[in-house]
This record gives sequence, C-alpha cells and structure tokens, in this order.
Amino acid sequence: MSIDLERFHKSFFEESFEGLDSMETALLALDIAAVDSETINTIFRAAHSIKGGAATFGFAGVADYTHGVETLLDQMRAGKRVITQGDVDLLLRVVDVLRGLLGAARDGTPFDAAAVAATQAEIHRALHGEPAVAGVATAAEAAVAAPAAGWKIRFAPRPDLFRSGNDPLRIIRGLEQLGRLEVEADTTQLPSFADADAESCHLAWNLCLHGDVTRAEVEEQFSWVEDEALIEISALPAAVAAVAPEAAPAARPALALVRSNPSEALAAATPAPAAAPGPATTTRASGEGSSIRVGTEKIDALINLVGELVITQAMLTQQASTLDPVQFEKLLNGLSQLDRNTRMLQEAVMATRMLPMEAVFSRFPRVVRDLAAKLGKLVRLVTVGEQTELDKSVIEKITDPLNHLVRNSLDHGLELPEARAASGKDVTGTIRLSASHAGGHIVIEVADDGRGLDRARILTKAQANGLITAAQADAMPDAEVWQLIFSPGFSTAEKVTDVSGRGVGMDVVKKNIQALGGQVELFSEAGRGSRTLIRLPLTLAILDGMTVAVAGETFVLPLNAVVESLQPAPEQVKTVAGEGQVVRVRNEYLPMVALWRLFGLNSEVREAHKGILVLLESEGRKVALLVDELVGQQQVVIKNLEANYRRVPCISGATIMGDGHVALILDVGELVRSTSQAAAA
Amino acid sequence: MNTEPATAATPGIAAAPVAGCELLTFSLGSEYYGVDILKVQEIRGYDTVTRIPDAPPWIKGVINLRGAIVPVIDLRIKFRLATIAYNEFTVMIILNLASRIVGIVVDGVSDVTRLTPEQVKPAPEFGAGLDTRYIAGLGALEDRMLILVDIERLLQAEDLARLAPEAGRAMH
Repeated sequence: MSIDLERFHKSFFEESFEGLDSMETALLALDIAAVDSETINTIFRAAHSIKGGAATFGFAGVADYTHGVETLLDQMRAGKRVITQGDVDLLLRVVDVLRGLLGAARDGTPFDAAAVAATQAEIHRALHGEPAVAGVATAAEAAVAAPAAGWKIRFAPRPDLFRSGNDPLRIIRGLEQLGRLEVEADTTQLPSFADADAESCHLAWNLCLHGDVTRAEVEEQFSWVEDEALIEISALPAAVAAVAPEAAPAARPALALVRSNPSEALAAATPAPAAAPGPATTTRASGEGSSIRVGTEKIDALINLVGELVITQAMLTQQASTLDPVQFEKLLNGLSQLDRNTRMLQEAVMATRMLPMEAVFSRFPRVVRDLAAKLGKLVRLVTVGEQTELDKSVIEKITDPLNHLVRNSLDHGLELPEARAASGKDVTGTIRLSASHAGGHIVIEVADDGRGLDRARILTKAQANGLITAAQADAMPDAEVWQLIFSPGFSTAEKVTDVSGRGVGMDVVKKNIQALGGQVELFSEAGRGSRTLIRLPLTLAILDGMTVAVAGETFVLPLNAVVESLQPAPEQVKTVAGEGQVVRVRNEYLPMVALWRLFGLNSEVREAHKGILVLLESEGRKVALLVDELVGQQQVVIKNLEANYRRVPCISGATIMGDGHVALILDVGELVRSTSQAAAA
Repeated sequence: MNTEPATAATPGIAAAPVAGCELLTFSLGSEYYGVDILKVQEIRGYDTVTRIPDAPPWIKGVINLRGAIVPVIDLRIKFRLATIAYNEFTVMIILNLASRIVGIVVDGVSDVTRLTPEQVKPAPEFGAGLDTRYIAGLGALEDRMLILVDIERLLQAEDLARLAPEAGRAMH
C-alpha cells in the first residue's frame, strides 16, 4: 500500500514554515517574568505539528531534531521548567535551524550540520544541565526516566483503530526492533463470528519487551495510536530495582547514566506523556481555524472578472441615464441595486487579497533583536497599526525595503548606549514602525531617535561622487540633501556607506517603492533622529480618479494627487522667460503644464483662463495642469499599458470608461518630476 | 524540397510563415500580404481608438478589446501608402503574438489560402533603401504576388517593446 505522499509535501512545507513563523512570534512575545501558558502552547503546537508532519513524510532528520525541541517545550508547558532568557534565545536559534532543515529537505540541498549539532547539544544541555524545578521532579518521574531492563505493555486499541489507518502489527514489529519481545494476544473481547466486524479491532495485546530500552522509545512506537488505544506501560519490576534500589535517589544516577549517551538522553527525559496523551492530537486541529488556501492566481482572476463587471455596470448605468424614470422605474431600481451589489462584491473580492501589516511587522522584532545584540545596542521596537490592511502583492514587495530601512536605522541611526547616555538620551534607542491609512494611501513610517542624518558628510560624498557641485551644496535645502541618499552612486561602494552613514541600497529601496506606485520621503533632525515615510497606494488594481477632457479625449487623474481645481483669472497666469508659465494661487507661484501641449493634442483651449486648472501634488511639489474641462469622478480599474504596448512617459496606465472607450491615467509623480527637471534645466 | 532555399535566403526567421500553413491574406493599397492564420485572433471593424501621446504616427492608439488594452498599428501608415481612409470598410486584424496582442489596420481582408512549397520564393534583396527583414518570402498565387510577412518581426522590432527614449519627453 503506497500512497504518493509527494503531493502533500508542498502544503507540509507551507504549513511548517508558517508554524515556524508563529513559533518565532510567540517566542518574541514571551515574557519570561510572567509566562503565559497559551503562548507556550502555541510554540509547542507548532513544534509538534512539524515533528508529526516530518515523521509522516519521511523527513527523519527534521522529525528527530524537532523531537528534542518538543521535549524541552513540553517541560516548559507542564511547568516543570523555569523559562530563562537563555532558553528563549536557544529556541529562537532552533527556529532558524529548523527553517534551514526544512528548506534543505524541500530543495534537497545539504543543511548546516554544524548548526544542527550545536543547537541539539544545547538543547541537551538545557534539558539536563539545569536542574528541573525542585519538588516537581518526583521520584516516580525519575524512575520513568531510568532506562529499564524491560517493559510490560498492555496495548488495547479501540475498535475503530483500523479506520484511522493504523496497523497494530506494524507497532508490534516496531517494538520487536527494540529488543526481545514476548507477545500475547488477548482475545477475550473477540465477539462471536456472526457479530464480528472485520473492520473493527477486537484484539488486545499484552507485550513484554526485554532489553535496554527507554520508556520514550517504547512510547514512540505508540505515538500514532495513543489517542485510540489504551496503553499501559510499566517497567518490569526487577529491572527498576536493579538500576535504582530506592526510588527517590534514583534521579541522579539515572541522569548521570544517560548523560553519557546523548542520543538516548533526549528521549529519556521525556516526562511521561502517557499520563497526558491528549494534547498531542487535540492541538493539531486548533491552528487550522476556518480558512482555506486558495491560489493567488484564482483570486486575481476573480478580481479581473469583478473589474470587468464594474465596467459593464458603469456602462449600463450610463445607458440608463437617458431613460424616462417614470416609465422605467423598475429597471432603474434594479440597476441601482446592481450598482450597490457590484460595489460590495468588488470590495469583498478586494478584501480577500488584503493582509494586515502584521504580516510584515511581525518579522522585525527578530531582526531588531538579533542585530541589536550583534551591534551591542539597546533597542526598543515599537510597532503601531499592525491591523492596517494592504494588498498581498504590495505586502510581499514592501518587506525587503522595510527590512532595509529598519536595519539602516539600527546600524547607522541609533548610537551605542554610552553615546546616548553622554548626549543625555535614554540609553535604549527606539525604532518605531507604524502603518496607517491616509487618504487613498497607506503610510508606513520607519522612525528612530538616533543621531539623524549627517548633512555635511552626505554633501562631501555627493561632491566626491560628482553628484553636485560645491556651490550647489551650500544652497541645497535639507530635504534635497536627504534625497541624495537615494541616488545610485551612494550605494555602489562599501566605503561610501561608512562615510555617508547610510545608503546601502537606498536607491533600490526607492526604486522598489516607486515600482509599487509609492513614494519615499526622508526627514531628519541632527541628534534627534530620522524618519522615513513610505506612501503606497492601497491597491494596485483600482484607483479613485478624476476624469478630465482635453481636445475631446478623456484622461484620468488619480484623485489622491488632486488638491483643488480652479478657473484662473487672466492676470493670475504669468510667463517666465517668455516660455514657462506659472500661475499664482494664494501667494504661491506654481508651474503650469498645459496637457494639450504636453501630449501634442489639438485643443481649442489654449489660454488658462478659458479652461480649468487642476492643482496636483506629488512628493511635496505642486503643479497646475491645464485641461479643457472636468468631466467627473469615478473609480477606475487600472489596466496595464505595458502588457501589449510599452511604457509611455507621464502615463501610468489605462482604464476602460463606461462607454467602452480607453482613457489614459496620468502619472502625476512623473509629471511633477519632469516639470521640475525642465525648470531646472 | 523547395523550401530549403527559401529559408536559407532568410536566415534566422524561425517563426516565418512557411509553405503548407494557412495564411490570412489582406490588402494594403494594391499589394497583397499574408500572415500565418494561427497568429490571427479575430477580425473586427475599425472603431475609435484612444490616442497615445508620444507614439510614432503608425501607432493609432489603443482600444479596449474585452477588457484588454490593445495597441493598434496602421500598417498603411507604416508602409507609407498614399491614401489612408477610415471608413466602414476599414478592417482591423487582431493578432496574438508570442507575448502580446496587437491590432493592425488594413484596407481589406481577402481570404484564407494555403501555399505549396513551390509557390514560396525567397524574399529579394533591395539593399539599404528598403527594410525587408520582416518579409519572410514571396508567394506566387496565380497572377497575384503575396508578400509573406513575419508579423512578429515586423511588430516587435522597434515600435513596441522599446521603452520610450528620454529625449522623447517634450517638456516646457
């Protein structure tokens, strides 16, 4: 009977990695001063599931390794062990090793055997080097831990044992491998032939196992059936007496004995799980909750379809707007209901792709903890707004840039404790990660209270790299100086990093964020710290847009970039150097871009006062865009222009309007940037 | 095997329409062209396109093809035909190329035909004056000459895949 287990491997690995993540989170949340049993249970459950799965799928290395970890955790769970910071550190390293082991098992690559051995030895030390909580380690347990000369086992499975796919013969054969086995079948429960059900187990066994076998090894054989059978294991009396003449002092010699034999020691220390066989299987189910795994491509297909539906719906509404409301009352009512339902459906479908920021933030306690320890810094990590939801694809792509920013803050931003104390700051530095919604954006902020960016150093480096001239350097506002960090030149050489203080791959950070349609801003105050603001669109698929018309063509402006729109008086518009136009809005001169000129359209509206100016803002800069007229405001589904065509300057994508026509969506960020570039040139 | 010289004369064209496969023939002015019918997704009438700023003149713009944004190329402009009229007879052939969907505007669609290997002749060399890289061969069809177009080569070459050059941004 061979089942192809391969097809389950993927979900095993997925679940295991998730299990490790939750294990890690729980470990970091663990307050050793006040241990929460639920947290310990979470950690234990994760380890247990990995062990069970690994054993089932034949990843013996992983299963063996996890077994030792589980033993340690079980002691903690049962309160037999005082949890120390050392234990937590060890378990965190174990999580790493397990990740490596699982990865190696999945990819068929060799794993870091040294790390495995090292942590295994540490677990061993943790299990035996430190005494268990006084008073809990009773004499009975000591006896349990002692390897006996033999075991007497009563194995009485429940009738439905076969239904769960277990085979008592396999267990008995397994026991046979351990030592000389005497088997006696108990047929007293056997019904008459007429009543016998071939699928039920009516037999029980009395077994006697002779040999130098630990209790744990015996229990291991029954691990799959411990819930479905009555299992009584007792040491053969003579053997126990031989090892430990008196029960109470037996503990020490027994431990001393096993310490010389590490592989057995791990197993030997397992405290009588037979007494509480329940948790092993009951915990398995609790992690599953009520969710199902669905491939992202299925969800994407759904989102696309809903997008189409929204377009069709908008088309119907537009067609129906000319109908007589009295005559077509029912139709119009139906349409408005369809409109409502479509929007709700769209929201619901979009929500399936949304994940809380927690998914990203949860990894940082570990990153910060490890790096802080390595750098000898004291750091407090504060996370705010973990529940803020973000599109899954955005979450995946934001993780690396954020990781980078946090590492930068820790490495370069925060000072060493002595330096902090000298400048009168709290010796423990703070890194604050926050996520929040702001308008149509999600704003993610990485802030530290470190030394801030060093203006002079950045400028020196920028000059050395030829990014700016000395004359420019003096006049440069701070905000622009910080932007220099994002230029590619700052990240090429390692020594640049040392000088500038920051900049490893900051250009990559910026590029990644821009690729998501987001923006990065840096703020810094010398001696007070710095913060990086990342603004991202909520989703990549739908945009709140303002539709404008120029020369009979429709364009969509992202609504979150629109500040206001106005019809200027002729005297508000001035010319600069005969060419460039600026418009004066409330004591502010803004550069004016005429859309017809930008895109080479044949518009009849050539003067600003005949059309409408839409003030757009991006990256802290504003421009006034001249359009013929405002059309309306609507949600649009962003369609990729590059899929079949190519990127077009100042266009971020296209969308399909209610009448089926294609409208282009303006890339305000690029528009503003190119305007200021043109102004600088 | 008469195809041998044909393919030998135009090396490197693997996807070119070869003898034996069915071709959709269309007319551009007085010339007849053929494309591999397996590349043709559908034929539809020409309707309004949305212009794209900064595009070469033969790219008319984009249309909504059941939710996909598809660029439309007017082959008549690309081939510098004298008269270009858009009327109810103007036809658009939607082509499904390796990685993208593209529409081409032609004067008319004629029919579907199959060429024997003997009917396919190698493309002539015109020298530097005329780019013939996209011509996979010439087909002799009774009294007509069919220009076999390697449509992927023609459309993917420089117009579509290339990113717009930095200098193309006309800003003031």
